[in-house]
Amino acid sequence: MSGVPAAPDGPAGRPAIVVLREAASRYGLIAVLAALPLYLAILDLTHDGDLSKLGNNIVAGLSNGAIYALIALGYTLVYGIIELINFAHGEVFMIGSFVAFGLWGTLGLGLATGPLGLVFGLLATLLITMVVCGVMNVMIEQVAYKPLRNAPKLAPLITAVGMSFILQNVGILWLGASPASVADLIHAQQDVVTVAGVTVHRADVLAIAVTIPLVLALTTFISRSRLGKAMRATAQDPDAARLMGINVNTTISLTFLLGGALAGAAGLINLLYQTSVWYFQGFEAGLIAFTAAVMGGIGNLKGAVLGGLIIGCIQQISDYRIGADWTPAVVFAYLILIMVFRPQGLIGEVTREAG
Amino acid sequence: MTAVRNRLGSHFNLVAAIAGLAIAAIIPMFLDPLSSITDNAITAGAYVVMALGLNIVVGFAGLLDLGYVAFFAFGAYTTAWFASLQFAPANHSKGIHILAGDFASKLPGLHFNFLIILVLAIVITGIAGMLIGLPTLRLRGDYIAIVTLAFGEIIYRFAVNGDAIHLGKGYPLTGGRQAIAPLDSIDLPGLPAFDDASNLRPFFWFVLVLVALVLFVNFRLRESRLGRAWIAMREDEVAAASMGIPLVKTKLLAYATGAAFGGISGAFLASYQSAVNADQFQFGVSIFILAMIIMGGLGSIWGVVFGAVVLSFINTYFIPNVFNSIPSHLGLNFDLTQVSFGIFGFLILIVMVLRPQGLFPERRRKIELTEGIGADESLAEERP
Repeated sequence: MSGVPAAPDGPAGRPAIVVLREAASRYGLIAVLAALPLYLAILDLTHDGDLSKLGNNIVAGLSNGAIYALIALGYTLVYGIIELINFAHGEVFMIGSFVAFGLWGTLGLGLATGPLGLVFGLLATLLITMVVCGVMNVMIEQVAYKPLRNAPKLAPLITAVGMSFILQNVGILWLGASPASVADLIHAQQDVVTVAGVTVHRADVLAIAVTIPLVLALTTFISRSRLGKAMRATAQDPDAARLMGINVNTTISLTFLLGGALAGAAGLINLLYQTSVWYFQGFEAGLIAFTAAVMGGIGNLKGAVLGGLIIGCIQQISDYRIGADWTPAVVFAYLILIMVFRPQGLIGEVTREAG
Repeated sequence: MTAVRNRLGSHFNLVAAIAGLAIAAIIPMFLDPLSSITDNAITAGAYVVMALGLNIVVGFAGLLDLGYVAFFAFGAYTTAWFASLQFAPANHSKGIHILAGDFASKLPGLHFNFLIILVLAIVITGIAGMLIGLPTLRLRGDYIAIVTLAFGEIIYRFAVNGDAIHLGKGYPLTGGRQAIAPLDSIDLPGLPAFDDASNLRPFFWFVLVLVALVLFVNFRLRESRLGRAWIAMREDEVAAASMGIPLVKTKLLAYATGAAFGGISGAFLASYQSAVNADQFQFGVSIFILAMIIMGGLGSIWGVVFGAVVLSFINTYFIPNVFNSIPSHLGLNFDLTQVSFGIFGFLILIVMVLRPQGLFPERRRKIELTEGIGADESLAEERP
């Protein structure tokens, strides 16, 4: 440095352009995310004089976002540990809805079931669905990803896409190619409370009430238990973890089990919420949830939940303000913007290779 | 096979291509002019063009593109815009005609000669390919896959909702789920107009010419400076860059070339089917094309041709006509056509797990996969 005349530097001693670029990277995404709701808020205030319309969208968005958060956790867990975009994960969620729907028939849950029976029936459905989806996700891993662990990195991504198509077609054979409507067991759209024109429905309460305990249980498991420690160790460095006596294969399977179980829970909530099932629901929800995981910072659990809630709001706002036909395009546009300008996400840090 | 290959040396590909195309060109003469085999073969030819295009992006340059259907869409809509009644109010409802056929030159709307449309399709999809490629330049392999997928879905959404987007009064962007039809048939100067109601052979020969062109470009490109740069980039991006390969230019050229072939094929298929509707451009098509090149062997030109022909015939002939009733014979209550994409998914999975190099692997990739050389970097590049 000595003898070289210093370039015109910013206050921190770095060129202004670098400071500017860092600021754009850090706050740019937040600005882009906030632009749409802010614009609509101003529009609402000038037209209606209050924000109840936007408020309703955000309430529905948060509860929808809770479902996306559960799915996004599965993406983020798997990506964190083997750096694979588990493309078939959305389909596990879809199969979760199908399994739950089948279980209602088996358990005899219907509109005539009493409240007590409903609560126990749905709890049983939740548990069985979570187990079935968890086990299924492990089986997917064994069949489609494990044989390719030393293959080029994109090979398992391609088999994941193949797996996703297989599961979609299982869905078609199971319940047909068009959406089927199911019994509205919990009267999902019944109002619970209305504050300042913003209504909270039963479905919203349900989604939040199931998601919060599950997320808390998951984070506790990962941060406190021995197996959770093994997962974190494997995510950080699989080879070192193996040298320390951790069974890496079991740990990876456990990760898939947890991710699948959460997707199964999301499947049941979605069934109660939307009162319909469709073989294609997993494809769209999966991609939206993946966007959520990337938005939060893939590999980061808190990020996945935050991203899920944000993307849920974007999706609702877009559904009601721009048009449901355009929602996928809006979500994917956000996905591209994030990938290009802030691939590490909102609260993710630059991790092993996932810069 | 190997002995023949050694004998012919560097001319093997040329001889094989000429012999293969010549034999293929004679076959329809023995069939009915409207034979369904010719019909399926025309579709297969169009898919060969598309698969060879995707092979440049995925097989040569190692950039996993899951949104290839977007270029099929751009190509098809090029025909739909420039050879139909879609823009009927143009030129005071008299239409604009450039070298159009006798029948088409009396209709309103834009009616360009198909050869002009092919050039337009190449230009439009080439530019679209570069624009879609731009945001992926800094990304790693799996992120590229997702971004291209996202672009594919966005283009699909524009196709579906395009009937509500007007470029001016009476100029809707697309027909949405309603087909834009009819489209002008191919009418080459000096030849009688192609007519799919009386004779399919000219369409078949036309698609063979396209296949020959694409094969030529593929073989020449692979041996060229650019092709070697693509393969070097696929093997190791950092090493390639330090050897002086300009990554940005090389990647963008891969996207543009691959996209242009998708556009050619899309423009041809649209004209042959005489209709374009948005539901042709779903994500499944991208995977269908990807399955072709994976089955044949990523990067292997003859393998990709084989994969495209086989999968196309499975899709248009074997699933609907031959095996369709198998499930009902087994006492199952469904048709095989309902699960065709599941079958392709299954094929991808099986081939990838059991024989990841494909059925006819490229020599270089086979060495990588069997001896583990460069296995880490061969498909996925690291971010600098």
